[in-house]
Amino acid sequence: MTDQPETNPNESDLKPFTAPSRRNFLKSIGVTSLAAATAPIWTQALEAQAAVADDTDPPAADERRMTLKVNGQTHALNLPANAALLDVLRDRLQLTGTKKGCDHGQCGACTVHVNGTAINSCLSLAAMHEGDEITTIEGLAKDGKLHPVQEAFWEHDAYQCGYCTSGQIMSAVAMLKDPHIGKDDHSVREAMSGNICRCGAYKNILTAIQSARIKLQEVS
Amino acid sequence: MRALDYVRASSVEQAVASHSKSPSASFLAGGTTLLDLVKLDVMPADQVIDVNHLSLKQIEVQKDGSVRIGALVTNTALAQHDYIVEHYPVLSQALLSGATTQLRNKATTAGNVMQRVRCNYFRDGHSACNKRQPGSGCAAIDGHNRSVHAVLGTSEQCIATHPSDMCVAMAAIGAKVQMQGAKGSRSIDFLDFHLLPGTTPWKEHALLDDELITHIVLDAPLAGSQSGYLKLRDRASYQFALASSAVIVQMDGDTVREVRIAMGGVGTKPWRAVEAERSLKGAKLTPQNIEKAAALALQGARPYRHNAYKIALGQQAIVRNLSTLSA
Repeated sequence: MTDQPETNPNESDLKPFTAPSRRNFLKSIGVTSLAAATAPIWTQALEAQAAVADDTDPPAADERRMTLKVNGQTHALNLPANAALLDVLRDRLQLTGTKKGCDHGQCGACTVHVNGTAINSCLSLAAMHEGDEITTIEGLAKDGKLHPVQEAFWEHDAYQCGYCTSGQIMSAVAMLKDPHIGKDDHSVREAMSGNICRCGAYKNILTAIQSARIKLQEVS
Repeated sequence: MRALDYVRASSVEQAVASHSKSPSASFLAGGTTLLDLVKLDVMPADQVIDVNHLSLKQIEVQKDGSVRIGALVTNTALAQHDYIVEHYPVLSQALLSGATTQLRNKATTAGNVMQRVRCNYFRDGHSACNKRQPGSGCAAIDGHNRSVHAVLGTSEQCIATHPSDMCVAMAAIGAKVQMQGAKGSRSIDFLDFHLLPGTTPWKEHALLDDELITHIVLDAPLAGSQSGYLKLRDRASYQFALASSAVIVQMDGDTVREVRIAMGGVGTKPWRAVEAERSLKGAKLTPQNIEKAAALALQGARPYRHNAYKIALGQQAIVRNLSTLSA
């Protein structure tokens, strides 16, 4: 178990979709706030991605035609060969939940999954990932329900400003599936050391991850 | 990021041929060094040849116990491989002590061998740096040279340490680097792959322009040996070594039959401490003998203004590692 004090049992009754802090939380995890609607806002983010039209013109001289599969959706885009995966996700596919921090692989804010593996999307060219399955923070929720790790971050207040949060969550989701990584707090800290939190919310991040581990075991 | 052409290679031969046609191109594997340095305009690649789709992702245990590692095996996959964990713990530990989960997931075996130095004067794109701009000088010699600057193997032209942990373990284990170029394939000893800076610090390795590393072949493990990697650094994770040691010991009763010692963080290349090894062979692992070996490992070290502490730290990296293994 973690060294985090237990949360007040009276407050543990999370109301995920009605809590008044929802809007701020959602912004903090990087889901674009498009409009008030009945559907959960993370569903709207995927709809915004789906609304991105494929390029129909032939690629310009300095571009390549690329087919990218992101969050289960396929996009045919004309992109410069030097386009970083991170920039394509944010600027072309409207998936701004993935953050640009250092842009040099040092902070982890841009962490996404490629074929289930966590990588820094700032140090990949989009062209390297044709044929890969890319998942961003927006693709974690299933059937309108947040991923247990997202819920745990919410429940344990595992952020302050929220800028690193989507990267933290993507790393945590991959780590919790990796049987090679130990379950103890030390192993979690080491496995998560590529995600920097300048607010210093590490204690609650650790608590959230260990709590999500238990939830995921209950689910499976 | 600067404009660049992108070519995806579907075979080693095609990758090599593309490079022959475009000598200023760079092979692109994980991208964790290359794209970082292209963004900083430190590596001015105008074309990248993506080699990620070549079939060089296998770890093959051979009949004599040696291991042939494909160039594209990720640092994560190599560190977690059952045979590596069991027979080369020093290598698994070294890999896991380097970088972060996400970077190890991308970084490849050959790319790790090819990674560039972390000297700030190299990375900043404008200071005097003979690696980046031959003949411009070395700002590190009289500059901030505390953390990623060497005390062994330096020259008046360059004092940057080789940053890899993996390579330190490989230097201790013993390995061959297999490469393929337009004129065919060849293999060289791992210890001959990285070059001392000397008067040509921009020449960092033995690869010819169009050659691609295809495999690293580790020597068979020493039967019944124990091994470990000890990394000393400014913080507990995600930091380059100030000093590190890779040690492999094979005992015969209470005396040393065979020992391998390599160091990181103190040398301009992965540093094998041959004199230290020699002093221990046939000897008992007493505290006195261990300290004597550690002193020999740093014999001839030349400190710079801010890194003299590395002589003592490098010795202690060896002393503690050997003492722990023999305890």
